[in-house]
Amino acid sequence: MLDLKRIPLGAWLGLVLTGLFLICAIFAPWIAPHGNGEIVGDVWEPMSAAHLLGTDNLGRDLLSRMIYGARITILIAVLATALSFSLGAILGFTAAAVGGWFDTLVSRFVDLLMSIPTLIFGLVVLSVLPTNTLTLILVMGILDSTRVYRLSRAVAVDINVMDFVEAAKLRGEGMRWIIFREILPNALSPLVAELGVRFIFAVLFLSALSFLGLGVQPPDSDWGGMVKENKDGIVFGIPAALIPAAAIAVLAISVNLVADWVLNRTTDLKGGRGNG
Amino acid sequence: MAKTTTQTAKPETLLDIRNLRIEATVYPPGEAPKAVTLVHDVSLTLKRGKVLGLIGESGAGKSTIGLSSMAYGRGGVRITGGEIVLNGRDILKVGAGGIRKLRGREVCYVAQSAAAAFNPAHKLMDQVVEASLLHGVATRAEAEKRAKALFKKLSLPNPDTIGERYPHQVSGGQLQRVMTAMALCSEPDLIVFDEPTTALDVTTQIDVLAAIKDAIRDTHVAALYITHDLAVVAQVSDEIMVLRHGRLVEWGGTRQIIKEPRQEYTNALVSVHEIEHHEQKAEGAPFLSVKNVTAAYGGGAVKVLKNVSVDILPGQTLAVVGESGSGKSTLARAITGLLPPEQGTVTFDGRPLANRLADRPKEDLRQLQMIYQMADVAMNPRQTVGTIIGRPLEFYFGMRGAERDRRVTQLLDEIEMGKGFADRYPAELSGGQKQRVCIARALAAKPKLIICDEVTSALDPLVANGILKLLLNLQQQENVAYLFITHDLATVKSIADSIAVMYRGEVVRYGSKSKVLTPPFDAYTDLLLSSVPEMEIGWLEKAIAGRRMESAGN
Repeated sequence: MLDLKRIPLGAWLGLVLTGLFLICAIFAPWIAPHGNGEIVGDVWEPMSAAHLLGTDNLGRDLLSRMIYGARITILIAVLATALSFSLGAILGFTAAAVGGWFDTLVSRFVDLLMSIPTLIFGLVVLSVLPTNTLTLILVMGILDSTRVYRLSRAVAVDINVMDFVEAAKLRGEGMRWIIFREILPNALSPLVAELGVRFIFAVLFLSALSFLGLGVQPPDSDWGGMVKENKDGIVFGIPAALIPAAAIAVLAISVNLVADWVLNRTTDLKGGRGNG
Repeated sequence: MAKTTTQTAKPETLLDIRNLRIEATVYPPGEAPKAVTLVHDVSLTLKRGKVLGLIGESGAGKSTIGLSSMAYGRGGVRITGGEIVLNGRDILKVGAGGIRKLRGREVCYVAQSAAAAFNPAHKLMDQVVEASLLHGVATRAEAEKRAKALFKKLSLPNPDTIGERYPHQVSGGQLQRVMTAMALCSEPDLIVFDEPTTALDVTTQIDVLAAIKDAIRDTHVAALYITHDLAVVAQVSDEIMVLRHGRLVEWGGTRQIIKEPRQEYTNALVSVHEIEHHEQKAEGAPFLSVKNVTAAYGGGAVKVLKNVSVDILPGQTLAVVGESGSGKSTLARAITGLLPPEQGTVTFDGRPLANRLADRPKEDLRQLQMIYQMADVAMNPRQTVGTIIGRPLEFYFGMRGAERDRRVTQLLDEIEMGKGFADRYPAELSGGQKQRVCIARALAAKPKLIICDEVTSALDPLVANGILKLLLNLQQQENVAYLFITHDLATVKSIADSIAVMYRGEVVRYGSKSKVLTPPFDAYTDLLLSSVPEMEIGWLEKAIAGRRMESAGN
């Protein structure tokens, strides 16, 4: 069904890079040459055969930290995005399909959440709640779901007035069938496009939080936290802070290359078959 | 005027298309792009001041040929062969500048949907005179004067001030006439009319048709009149050209084509509306009665149904006829529960049906099925035909797996489509096939009543004819009743057992088919009946002369 030869170059690049990041994340303990918190040398050693990317501000192997960092960064971003999409899309579709007071209630609540700047809201909530991975995922997921809600509601409102949805309602179908079988398949394209962007926003948001000290707590670290740990080195011409920053950028681009390709395959609204 | 003297000096043949070949590139799913030929070596000539009707089904290439007279190919279509000689020169060789001089000056275009063809942000007058000003044919004052004279000639209301309005402020029929005025304003030699009355009600169509015909006669402009309705084209054209699959089928005088067609296909087009259907007697008790139903939109603000009562008998067809806005679709919505009536009741099998859709038990929903006008939006584009037809089986009868698939195949057979269609998506079907799948979906529920909302109006006449025959066959097999909503009286004559004529939310005439279609008529039924184009030369003038009331669209 999937013709490998017809995947465009950009998508290939995205797939390979995303795949690499995922492999690093999943098999981190076996790939990393050293332990996550293990001090193996001097502070900010340059790149060498022993330490491919040099060492960080405490003398830990930067490559190993990058690999463990990939694990935490991607795990939190994936779970937060998954949460925001399930929550936002389901609520958005339901609001569009049910309408009336339910729609008004949820929409106004979402407006309320969105009226507070995300970062400030996140900072306030996280400084009150205990800082662990679960709270991070929940806070990021819920804050992000407001954006997904607005998009999915807007898309679903248009689909909800189509004759085939009316036909399903006349048949007596329940809300579940209408949302998941009639609306969802037709709303997938804009959602997939949004998914790529939202995942990257989650990575960046997590990095921002970690940079401010409210994200992943030491000795663990995500890439954003590693930028923070090594930022003082920049003054001395040491590139340790730039490597995690570059990794964030590369991940962002490669995920979006994949998302664009998936989008191209599914945008043909006229038919159920992708156009390759 | 100097213009008339130069005109007489021009050759008598205005347009001469020789061996026209038009191609386009298509991108079929899963295959390499390929070139298809839309028009195969078609030739035609048109004399000054004459009207040539181009007729055929959708995909016959009639619009493509019409537009080629302006050297225009719509949506990536390429003119790859032949010559188009207009006013003595081949317009395929005049270059971009030459084509700009020609469009809107020598050839003008009247589109099917005037509502979509006007720019909603500009006043009508600005758009009507635009071409004349651009080509320097007239000064603004002259052009406006001419436009007003044309508005008057096309019998538009308030010809002096209607140009000050925006497109949304006039009705569809009026807009179509304004568009004709726009085409005539720059005094072109040729106008291409692309289905100008297809989107209009019958009663409005006749006005627009008469206006176009008068305007053509008075301005001596030549015209290509594109339509799929032979009866309409017979009223306005001198010659008719029948096209099919991009090839010429038959070309002759109007009288010859409609009276003595030489080709089998033309004959099929001419005799398309003749379906044998014997009216069933209204015996026995109705199983569905609509009693004094009043319904309104916007919380009672706009009353669209006023005190409507109709009965439907088992296995029979009730046709509801009227113009757009007469409330016929609203009646369907009230019966299905989509729009709960404010007053009155709908009884089904002797018990009242719940007003709201949500309050009805599954069994009641199963008994009432609906088929929509636009089959392509009535099916989920992401579901296969098998899923679309199979879902009611699953939902109402709990059929699964092989049992369900067997029944789907059986239903596909009933609608005269093969088993192979079960894996197709709606986008991979033709218009007629889509409507058949919708019929199968309704049938799958084994209902007592199917509401057919304008099911044939989006289809070509021959395809529509096939659908009507299928519906009649299925009625005999399954003993299902139809509530048939339509504005097309020819359809009604061939399918109905009883008829309800609706006008502005009220039933003005109701009874068995023979009773409703027998004189004496009330004024509105008379208007409706006399507005249905008949395949007869001179029908238009007779119909206009014999009318007793103005159509509602005016």
